[in-house]
Order: sequence, then C-alpha cells, then structure tokens
Amino acid sequence: MANCIVDKDGIKRYLVSVNVNGGVFTKVVKANTLLVNFLREELDMIGTKKGCELGDCGCCTVMLDGNAVNSCLVLAVDVDGREVTTAEGVADGEDLDIIQEKFIEHAAFQCGFCTSGMIVSSRALLNENPSPSEYEVREAIAGNLCRCTGYVNIVDAVLDAAEKK
Amino acid sequence: MSVKVNRDYSYVGKSLDRNDSYQKTTGRAQYTGDLKFPNMLYGKLIRSDVAHAIIKNIDTSEAEKLPGVKAIITARDVPAMKYGLSPARFDENIFCTDRVRFNGDKIGAVCAVDEETVYKALKLIKVEYEELEPVFTVEHAKKEGAPQIFEEYPGNLNTEIHHKFGDPDEAIKDAHYVRTDVFQGQRTYHAFIENHCSVGMWDGDKATLYSSCQSVHYVQYHLARVLGMKMGDLRVLKTHVGAGFGGKLDPTGLDFAAVILSKMTGQPVKMFYDHAETFLNGRGRHPITMTLTTGVDKNGKILGHKYTAVLEGGAYTGLGIASTYYAGSLLGVLYNFENYQFDAYRYVTNLPPCGAQRGHGQPQPRFAFEHHIDLIGEAIGVDPIDMRLINARDANTYTLAGYEVKSYNLKAANKMARDASGWKEKRGKLGVGRGIGVGNGGFVTGAGFCQYRTDLPHSVGMIKIYDDGTQAFVYSQAVDIGQGSDTVLLQMAAEAMGYPYEQCKMYAGDTDLSTLDFGAYASRQTLMAGWAIKRAGEDIRQKILDQAVEMFKASGKIKEGWAYIGNRELRTDDLDVKEGVVYVKQEPSLTLTFEEVARRYFVTKGVLIGRGWYHPGKLGGNHKGAAVGTSPAYSSATQIAEVKVDMETGQIECVDTWDVHDSGTIINPKLFHGQVHGAFYMGIGETIWEEVLFDKKTGKLLNGNFSEYRLPTALDMPPVLSLTLDESWEPNGPYGLKEVGEGATTPTMGAVANAIYDAMGVSMTELPITYEKVWRALKDKK
Repeated sequence: MANCIVDKDGIKRYLVSVNVNGGVFTKVVKANTLLVNFLREELDMIGTKKGCELGDCGCCTVMLDGNAVNSCLVLAVDVDGREVTTAEGVADGEDLDIIQEKFIEHAAFQCGFCTSGMIVSSRALLNENPSPSEYEVREAIAGNLCRCTGYVNIVDAVLDAAEKK
Repeated sequence: MSVKVNRDYSYVGKSLDRNDSYQKTTGRAQYTGDLKFPNMLYGKLIRSDVAHAIIKNIDTSEAEKLPGVKAIITARDVPAMKYGLSPARFDENIFCTDRVRFNGDKIGAVCAVDEETVYKALKLIKVEYEELEPVFTVEHAKKEGAPQIFEEYPGNLNTEIHHKFGDPDEAIKDAHYVRTDVFQGQRTYHAFIENHCSVGMWDGDKATLYSSCQSVHYVQYHLARVLGMKMGDLRVLKTHVGAGFGGKLDPTGLDFAAVILSKMTGQPVKMFYDHAETFLNGRGRHPITMTLTTGVDKNGKILGHKYTAVLEGGAYTGLGIASTYYAGSLLGVLYNFENYQFDAYRYVTNLPPCGAQRGHGQPQPRFAFEHHIDLIGEAIGVDPIDMRLINARDANTYTLAGYEVKSYNLKAANKMARDASGWKEKRGKLGVGRGIGVGNGGFVTGAGFCQYRTDLPHSVGMIKIYDDGTQAFVYSQAVDIGQGSDTVLLQMAAEAMGYPYEQCKMYAGDTDLSTLDFGAYASRQTLMAGWAIKRAGEDIRQKILDQAVEMFKASGKIKEGWAYIGNRELRTDDLDVKEGVVYVKQEPSLTLTFEEVARRYFVTKGVLIGRGWYHPGKLGGNHKGAAVGTSPAYSSATQIAEVKVDMETGQIECVDTWDVHDSGTIINPKLFHGQVHGAFYMGIGETIWEEVLFDKKTGKLLNGNFSEYRLPTALDMPPVLSLTLDESWEPNGPYGLKEVGEGATTPTMGAVANAIYDAMGVSMTELPITYEKVWRALKDKK
C-alpha cells in the first residue's frame, strides 16, 4: 500500500509512483482519485479521453501492466508501482506504431474521440495475439464504442496491422 | 446529364490521409474538455428533478458558503430574452424563469475551483416547486383539458403543417390498389462520445468562448442576441469536436453560462456535462407516428399519397419545427407522383426537447414509406425494386413543391445495389429465417436558407499564402466534427490553387480568425464551404498566373518561348499551375515555382490573399414552409440488407449490406466510405436496439448511459459494401459533388426492416424492432 498522509481536514492522501509511458511520476492523490483523472489532471496527459465515466464507452482505455483497462474504473492508489501505457505512449518516439499507421491509411477514425482507446485496445490485443481473426479483433474492441465509423475501417486497420507486423 | 468527371485532378478524388491524422492517432488532438487555462474554474448546470412545476424558491445560501464556490447564477442573474430557431417559436430561456418543463430542465449554474466542489455545491442547492401535472405522451398532450406546457401553444400543439399538391383523394378513388398503414418511430439520441463542453473567458471588453459545437456562427449569433452583445465582441471557436450528428447545433446552457460566469468571476470557466446530461440536453430524433395511404395502378405506379405525421417534440422547439417539415418535404424528391397530401402535428411534452439528428426529420418517415411500398408491391405482385424503379425521380426535374433537382441517379443506384447484392437470386428464396430487403433515401446538400433571416452569403472563404510562398492558410468557419470537412476543403483548395495539398493548413471554426460559414448541419459543409474555398483558390490561381506573366516577361529565357505564341505578348491564359509549378502551356519546360511567384507577389504587392463567396440563390416553391427541403443539390441512395432472424428467440443478425450512394464527384473516397459506414451504423442501431426511455410517472431519464442505451458494438455491426456511381455529377456542386453524411442514414431503417419482414413474414411497424418484439410477433403468428 502506498504511503499515506492525513491532511488538516482529516482526508487521507496517498503517495503513488506510477510508470507512465516509461517515465516514473510521483504524486499525492486522494483515495477516490480515478486513474483517468490522475492522467489527465495530474500529468496533463489528455490523450486518454473522458467519455461516460462509467466503464461503458472505452475511450479512456489504457494498458495497465499490459492489459487493456478502462481507466475510469481504476483508482490511482491501485496503480502505485505499476506500469501504464496511454495513447501517447503507443508510438516509439517519432515513429508511429504500425496500428497508428494503419488507422491513418484506412481512415479508421473520424471525430477521433474514441481513437486513443481504440488504438490502446488494439495494441493490447496484438501484443497478446499477433495474428487475430476478424472475430477476435471485434471482440477485443467490443468495449470501445465508436459512433462515427461503424468499426468497418477500424477492424480493417487492425487486421492489416497484424499482417504487417 | 453530361458527364464531366475530370480524371486529371491532382487532389480531388484521391483517398488522401486526413489532415488531423497525426494528432488523432497519437492522443495529441485537443477537445474542449482537454483545455486548461490558468485560474480556470469549473462549472455545471443546476437541473430540475421534477418534470413540470412552478419554481417557488431557489435557495443557494448553503452552497454559497461552501469554500471554493465562486459564483451561482439563476434566471434572475441573466437576460430573460428567449431564443430558438424561428422567432414565432422562441421559447427557451438561458435558465427557467418561472417554470420547469422537463425533468432535468436548466435552472441555473454553479462554478467553483474544482469539479468536486461543484458537485458538492449542487447537492446543497434547494429548489422549492409547486408541482404541476406532467405530460409525457402525445395522447395526453392533445387530450381535452390537458395541462398547458406553454401558453403560446394551445392544446400543446407546437407546429402544424398542411401541404396539398394535386388531389390525392380523387387520384386514388379508382386506383387498382389502395392501402393504409400506421408506423411508429421511437426517440433516439445522437450518442456522440464526447460530452458537450464550453470554456468561457472574459478579458475586459470581449468574451471568448470555446464550444464543442457544430456551428460557431450560430452559437455566436444566438449568444450575442440574447446577451445583448455585438457579434464582434464575442469570439466563438472550437477545438477538435468529438462528433455531433445534430446534437451540438443549438446553443446550450453551458455556452451561455460559461460567458456569463467568466464575466462575473473574471476567470476562465469550463462548463461541462456528464454523460447522462448530454441525453438531457436532448435534440435527438422525434418519435413520429406515421399514417400512410397510397393508391397505385397495376404496375405499382403511385397515383396519390396521403401522409400524416404526429411528432412528440419534448419541451422546447429548437430545430423541431424544421424536423417537422423535413418529415414530409423530401418524399417528393425521391419519388415522382402528382398527388400528395402531407399533414403534420408536433406536440410539446414534459420530456427533453427533440431536434435534429442525422437525416433530420426524415429517417423514420423513410422507414415507414419504404416498408409501406413493399407491402403494396407484395399485394399487387410487383418486386420491391421494380416498385422503386417505376416511381423513382429522374434527373433535371422539378418536384411538386417546386424544388429543382439537377443530378439524380436513384434508378441507377437501385439497379447497381440489386446486381451487387445478388437480389434476384436471393429475394424470397433464402428460406425461413433469412431475408433480404431494400430501402431508398437521400438528402439535401445544404439547406437553401440560413437558420435565421439574413442576406448573408452562406459561406465565405479566404486563403492566405505565407510570405515566402511555402504555406497556404485556408480560412473558414466550417466545423469538422469528424466528417472530415477540413481534409476535403483542403483538397479542393489545393486543387483550385494548383498548390501542394501537403503545404495547405486549415484555420477553421473561429469567428475571429476565419471567414463566415454556417457550420456543419444539413449536409452542407462540403458543397457550401467547398464553393467558397474553391473560388478563393481560383482567385489565388489567377493572381499567381498574372504575377507569373510579369516574371516570365522580365526573365530573359522566356523569349525563346515566344515562337510558340506567335508575335503577341504572353498572357495569363497561356499559363497554368499544377501541384506548385507554373508552366507555359505551349512549352511546359518553361516553369516557375508557385513559391517563387508567390514570394515575388508578396515583395511587390503585399500579402497574397484569395477570396471566395457562395450563396445558393433563391430556391424552391412559394407555399408556406417551402423553404425547408430546398437545396442546391439532392443526393439519392439505395441500401440492401440481408438478415437472419432466429425464429425461436427473435434474435436478429444482419449478415451483409450494400450501399450505393449517388453523391456526385467523390472528393475523398476513403472518407466518403467512412461516412456511409457510420451512417449505416446509426441507422441499424435505431432499427433494432436504440431507444431513449423515461420513467412513466416522473419523466426521469432511465437509460442515459451506453450500457442501457444500446449502441451497437463491433460485434453487432455487419460488413458494409459501399459503392458509387461513376456517372453521378452535380452541376450545382463544386467539382460536381453532392452530400453523403446524412443521406446515407436515411435508407437504412427501411432496408433492414424490409429484410426482417422477408425473413419472418410478419410486418414490424414499430421501431425499434427489438428481439423481444420479433419473438412476440412470431409467437402471435403461431
């Protein structure tokens, strides 16, 4: 458990160190601080989007120790000492990830609001299963809602990325 | 129709990558909710928790004492001027002045130092009500003695339309076959993923408002009017917008509150909705009850058609008056018949307001008509596609309402979809539990009239070439809500200028920086902003060529080229420019770069600016309401769907779909197909799964979330084969283009519903066609 201090109002605050996209960030958070808010408000990493805040839409998806999770359903105190990869961390510096390249090539995004979560979910899938079937791709992104694309080009992009890897 | 597709374009017609690709795939794209400014406050609306009541008292005293709360405002702190779409129906206030009209109506706003404090403050605000009997259904609204929701709408009747062309009663009196069907639509919601958000900043004498909206111009217009400001004193701009589909067109309480609170506090204020509040903001699809009577001859040719639409409108009008007209005005564009009567009634209720959603008032009526015409065809023994072919409109015709239709390829679309889908082998031959169905649709390419009375042009474009010629900055208040308008506008700008697309940059959706455009609605962006920007590009091209003539003349080497032109001097029309290279047409080896010409222009004449202007001119007929439905160009579309219905459980699976969209020149094929996919997606969601639900006693929203408002997931979505017509070319569109974004959602409900009927043999007339309804219908049939 993370180190805890109590402020003058009696509210507990926890010291957490989280590896986000390869860098370690140490911050004081409240017990109810959500990972999505930790990323967006404490670290200014706005690539992780806030949509429904109920775990339905998936646009706040990040990888936690390699697994795709809704960051609105994870408490910041629970990620102390763990590794988080966000949309900003999918590319290797200047070089886009193959999934990002294929999303661009296939126009697999329109408004772009779900795209961060889509790409993170797709990356988590391909890390686990480098050559998924179409059904497996659809299953992996079934928790990421997109109102613009009907998923058609997204599924094509992920399958294309899998073949090219 | 002459075919004028120029295959020699550099950028038009190419599947270029979106201009926002890098930002959106790397998490760098900023949306309004991502913005942070020093000293920024956070705010939310105070909402009613009863559906219909007189406000007796609002006690904010406890909330004001909460540390961190900066300001609380209610109706008495803001202008009382009403707003809406048409002056006769200005019925909405910034905050409710005396009465709340739906459960979730806006009463005021709170801002504080952080989100947590805002939520705590909201809980401390006490509103006392004198509750009134609420009205949640049309049946109740129109009942004798029902509570009056607005004084100005007696009997709760908000809009009434009676159109009659020809004499349908006489026409169908001796028809071969006459049939009446009744259909029921449901209330659906746009369900974009990004919640509305607004950030207001006041800097002494001018306000700046970032708004997640579809039209910076209309937000600016309405706010300036209600707040008593000059439009120039209010800058409205947008960041990336997380989609809209019609739900971000009306100004929201957030927009007003952000400006007012930032002025009161002197600090930036971010106003935001949580997810359920976007449903309360509403403006989604009206539930429509549709009664259709049609008489046909023995071949299926429509002799006369009578249609009554009754719309449940929710609490305010907003765009609902236009939705009501759109429920009937476009039918006569698709199908050509002489006798048509359209009667429509929109009632107000104590539920969140309905408004414009992709396809506006048209998708449910399309469902009704497309299923109705199939039932007629079945009764007289005519194939569904033949029913459509015999009635479909031709190009270069006028509708009964007086709309001029230039290009129109609905018949070709039907035939192409029929052939691509294997219709003839499949229709009626797939066996029990399998079916195939067709639906037609289409839409305006931009509304013929502005939302308010004005003589302003519909779009103005400007392009500025950077001093040294290495960038072109394209300006327009066009709003890219995801549909890709920035990308296709840049393609047209680059094409018109003869300048590399990669060096063009868009400055869009900013009332200070960019030039007038009414924004993203009515499928207008590509045509209307497209014309303005194309013309701005042509202005640049002309100036570059004029400058190049001077430079060629001044240079020594050009003299060698004179032989080709004879004895006369070099003229502008001897030159052309393409992809950044200016050349002499008769001697293409003689070149200058666009960059060096542009730089020389800057050095000798100052900044190089191109200007463009677009107004559709006077359109349409003269009857009351003729304005809604006018457009410079109409798209048409055919969709075919193939489904499986589990005859035991009622479960529906859509296995394959085909779309042919008559869209004129396709500026960017991959973005075009993306629009078709998304349009089909919304359409099938509304056909089978989606419906906004309210508690029947309290009017409280029951499913304002995505686990219970059931958007299809990737596992539910069928493949979509999106096809286009080579011969489609629209003279009223820049480069011959027409719309796609909304029109492609209008055939879907009909196509899927007809496929379900073909599979199960029971006509389903009520949307959504849920598994449970199918199961019950199959059980009743047994």
